Amino acid sequence: MNQADTAWMLIATALVLLMTPALAFFYGGLVRSKNALNTMMMSFISLGFVSVLWALLGYSLAFTEGNNWIGDLSNAWLTGVGLEAKGSIPHVLFMAFQATFCIITAALISGAIVERMRFSAYVTFISLWALVVYAPIAHWVWGGGWLADLGALDFAGGTVVHVNAGVAALVAAIVVGKRQEYPSSSLLPHNVPFVLLGSGLLWFGWFGFNAGSALAANNIAGLAFVTTMLAPAATLVAWSVLDMMRSGRPTAVGGATAIVVGLVAVTPAAGFISPMSAIILGAIAAVPSYLVMQIRAKTSLDDSLDVVAAHGVGGATGALLTGVFAERSLNGIADGLLFGNPGQVVIQASAIAAVIVYSGVMSFVLLKLIGLVIPLRAAAEDEGTGLDITQHGEEAYLHAGGASPRSHVGA
Amino acid sequence: MKLIKSIVRPNKVDDVKDALAKLNISGMTVTEVRGHGKQKGHTAIYRGKEYNVSLLPKMEIEIVVPDSIADEAIKAIVQAARTGEIGDGRVFVCPVLESYRIRTGEKES
Repeated sequence: MNQADTAWMLIATALVLLMTPALAFFYGGLVRSKNALNTMMMSFISLGFVSVLWALLGYSLAFTEGNNWIGDLSNAWLTGVGLEAKGSIPHVLFMAFQATFCIITAALISGAIVERMRFSAYVTFISLWALVVYAPIAHWVWGGGWLADLGALDFAGGTVVHVNAGVAALVAAIVVGKRQEYPSSSLLPHNVPFVLLGSGLLWFGWFGFNAGSALAANNIAGLAFVTTMLAPAATLVAWSVLDMMRSGRPTAVGGATAIVVGLVAVTPAAGFISPMSAIILGAIAAVPSYLVMQIRAKTSLDDSLDVVAAHGVGGATGALLTGVFAERSLNGIADGLLFGNPGQVVIQASAIAAVIVYSGVMSFVLLKLIGLVIPLRAAAEDEGTGLDITQHGEEAYLHAGGASPRSHVGA
Repeated sequence: MKLIKSIVRPNKVDDVKDALAKLNISGMTVTEVRGHGKQKGHTAIYRGKEYNVSLLPKMEIEIVVPDSIADEAIKAIVQAARTGEIGDGRVFVCPVLESYRIRTGEKES
């Protein structure tokens, strides 16, 4: 047990936990005001349901030995997850750190189905998804599963978190279907300052996500911290240039999106690449996500908040580029294409493909099964009124004139 | 000239705009408003206390048109904004005495 490592991981865990409320602001600002609370609750509710399920079953399925595909139940109900060391930190703390990853990954999916999915169906979906999709994939890469054996590099979750959530989001957007008014009506962000606030807090929390993935207060954590600072910075520069080329104006929503894309892209690479490589990686990563966002908007795919472009495409780009820029001299694990090991790119691509197939198929099956029991969509009329009032009985921006305590109103 | 004031469901504004555009009526003022007619409103719950929120969000569309096309415009609005449920809104029509274009100062008839 190392006390410095423990201190850093306590902070890192809190930082990653903050990313889910940050995501709530990022997503909440992008929707119309009548759906602001519902959208933010889709992130917040993950802090409840997914945390509890992680403690009950998810952690055990992901991080116990089991077989190549999934862990076993030896740590279910946190049996045997005590104060003893796991690596150099307490086992319970390791469990909590990993829980925060599962929470945000599940919440990321919500961006694809906001403004029309029934809340109860959504909560059921992400709860089951965390156990059936996230836990096994986390096991493949970090729990000693087959992708780890293959030598796939994923420092903090480019494939496990971002490609995984991106694919689930794509499937969910298709199965749930587009919003009634899409694409005929202007479905505009109601609060861009929220979007900027969210992206800023995500960046802050991401230092815990990436630098914390070193699982120690050491030089690799320092490297991951710096790459997490530089890659999104380069993405922000590249994105602004792309915006300028396209419309002559660098947009605020674009800037916020760029930061997220850069963070996503550097996630798998954070502790494997040099700071200079991070700048190049971040700049390159802007291009595919930017293009996919432009193209997506012209299709009938209502991935409302572009989870596929930001997380799916950004995560895949980052995972592939990890296979290009990785340097064994930094962390002693593996070299990438530029350092004489072209095979790493192939390994990275197979990991991405495996996650796409598994997450795609299982997310589809889960949604179809849930759809048999609970309608996936809110009632058409409720969608028109807004999901804040109809799903939660509250409004984000209350015009309370005329409101009276219920007891004073005739039945 | 007539001032036609329509209070419609927020998600019907685009439909009304399109219907009016078909009649070549392009100028309009749209305002977010709150109110209620026969609708009872909805129940809100904050910290365990239930409230009846009776003022619901609506959009108000104001247009000024020559008398000759007023009836046609009203019909178009009613058709575009109707769902058949309570809460579809109202259309009010008032006479307009005079109208000026600010840019030129000229009086319109």
